Amino acid sequence: MSIARSGIRSMLSKNVNIISGPGCPVCVTPSSDINSVLELVKRHDVIIATFGDMVRVPSGGDSLQNYKNVKIVYNPLESLTLAKSNRDKEIVFIGVGFETTTPLIASVIKKAKADGIKNFSVLCMHKTVPAAIKAILDDKTSKIDGLILPGHVSAVTGSKYFDFIKSYKVTAAITGFEAKEILGSISIMVDNIEAEKHSVINNYRSVVTENGNTVAMKTMYDIFKDTDSDWRGIGNIKLSGLRIRREYEEFDSLKRFNIKQKNIKEAKGCLCGNILMGKNDPVDCGHYGKTCTPSNPIGPCMVSSEGTCAAFYKYMRR
Amino acid sequence: MNNKISLNLGSGGREMHKFISEYIVKKLGNSVLNRLDDAAVLENRSDLKIAITTDSYVVSPIFFSGGDIGKLCVCGTVNDLATSGAKPYALTLAFILEEGTSLDDIKIVIDSIARTAKEAGVKIVTGDTKVVEKSKGDGIYINTCGIGFIKKGINISTHNAKTGDIVMVTGSIGNHEVAMLKAREMINFDIDVKSDVAPLNKKVESLLALTNKIHVIKDPTRGGLASALYEICGNSKCEIRLFEKDIPVEKQVLSVCELIGYDPLYLANEGCYIIICPKEAERHIKKVFGAKAKIIGRVLSNNRQELAVETKAGGMRKMGMLETMQLPRIC
Repeated sequence: MSIARSGIRSMLSKNVNIISGPGCPVCVTPSSDINSVLELVKRHDVIIATFGDMVRVPSGGDSLQNYKNVKIVYNPLESLTLAKSNRDKEIVFIGVGFETTTPLIASVIKKAKADGIKNFSVLCMHKTVPAAIKAILDDKTSKIDGLILPGHVSAVTGSKYFDFIKSYKVTAAITGFEAKEILGSISIMVDNIEAEKHSVINNYRSVVTENGNTVAMKTMYDIFKDTDSDWRGIGNIKLSGLRIRREYEEFDSLKRFNIKQKNIKEAKGCLCGNILMGKNDPVDCGHYGKTCTPSNPIGPCMVSSEGTCAAFYKYMRR
Repeated sequence: MNNKISLNLGSGGREMHKFISEYIVKKLGNSVLNRLDDAAVLENRSDLKIAITTDSYVVSPIFFSGGDIGKLCVCGTVNDLATSGAKPYALTLAFILEEGTSLDDIKIVIDSIARTAKEAGVKIVTGDTKVVEKSKGDGIYINTCGIGFIKKGINISTHNAKTGDIVMVTGSIGNHEVAMLKAREMINFDIDVKSDVAPLNKKVESLLALTNKIHVIKDPTRGGLASALYEICGNSKCEIRLFEKDIPVEKQVLSVCELIGYDPLYLANEGCYIIICPKEAERHIKKVFGAKAKIIGRVLSNNRQELAVETKAGGMRKMGMLETMQLPRIC
């Protein structure tokens, strides 16, 4: 989004094409997960607490924005306050996010346990970044030459976390969110691509260290463990998600409400998978701008303001 | 568009404009309504043209930093009138109250209406009060209708932007919506941002006493600066270029936007105007609205509807109307 908002594409030469990968945790949440949320929100004893952009994510023509018992929170700790002030309700926090956000949710679960809160749980849809990057780079038809790596995720994970990328024929740069930082990384990567140099550089040194925030990572793995996970538009990726460990299962909404996940098919003709992989542009999709718009999104890339199609539609199209 | 009304329809963006053109204008259109300015201007045989407008106020909560629904229901309507160059003359006031609403709250709102009407120099001349059953309303809804008079010779409309004109805003943008986000507890940051809600009609009156060169006055309420400008681009069939570095946004507002992923150009305002005019009128606008009034862009050509922003980074991005309500994003 920083790229679209700063007009960075307009500053680049035509042979540098930037696409947005599966870097938005909301966009990649599959319909089946949203369906579980929608089943919960229909219960009268439940208040859903969620980050704002989740409320628009569709499944079967429905989304959280159609319900009153949904509370948008910016800080997940607010869901514990909700739990304390609504003792007769079950507070379900929708846990989405990558390594940046997940330690925060982990600490909220820890606090809930310490405070003895009984009416709070997390519907866990957390995902981790490396497996998704591997899935994209392992795809032989992928046309990616360079990766702008997420600055905030890296701040938590540390730069070493992304060293595995060195074994692929791409260049990568951990990058901040200011226009000049993004432009700087692009410039370095273009040089590297021309020199056929395959490296992972940390171009966000003011924030990202080699080992990252080890306390946050430990907190995350205290509560969660790796599991296979479905990504909207991509499909199932091995060990790319997180689930709540058995010791904390009282806070796991899946267990608490005995939710059986249904396998729901994504919309026909949606090219989001290919767009996330860099194989197609939004305009290549038959839905784009016609049946799929920010006010009526079909695929993940249109759902969040962070998504490729939404950013393209909002800032580029007209 | 779905076959049910969504909240998004009311957010002042593209969906609302689509609703207005496909349902309202199509069935009810006439030469006055079709112009879709904030106030309708009625020509008649006297020396004064009549401006008329109406607006409903459903803001929740009714009290917020910098104002309340009472102040808002006067300012919104007199400001709409003044966008046509009219001097507001009288307002109607209609309450829809929900059973069980605190009378003390209503007294505070009425005091606020009285104070603001006095400040704006406008009379409340007629009204209506209805009460609906509990849970069929939301405390207090208010509708006001305003009429005002425009001197002959004044012709200000969103259809009048001309190539070469400057685009100005009269104050910092985004304060109202950020104050509302805080009042709605959608953000819990420790900030002190007040709504900019204020009556601007006397300032317009002063401005029009100094110059007759003003082409467009528009208040960037719901949908924000970008939606309002895009609407002007459509009505005047013109291309507007904005300079991001010149757009006044208070630091706290900008910080909130960066944290929760909002675009300040889509934030609602209740006490500032977009003014489009030839460069020579700039000094008059600065004299009346003070140093906060800034040139933020130019009208480039009169042939197509396009709004482009030259970003601080030196890039270019195109903007349209607000597509969907902005929501705090995850990261």
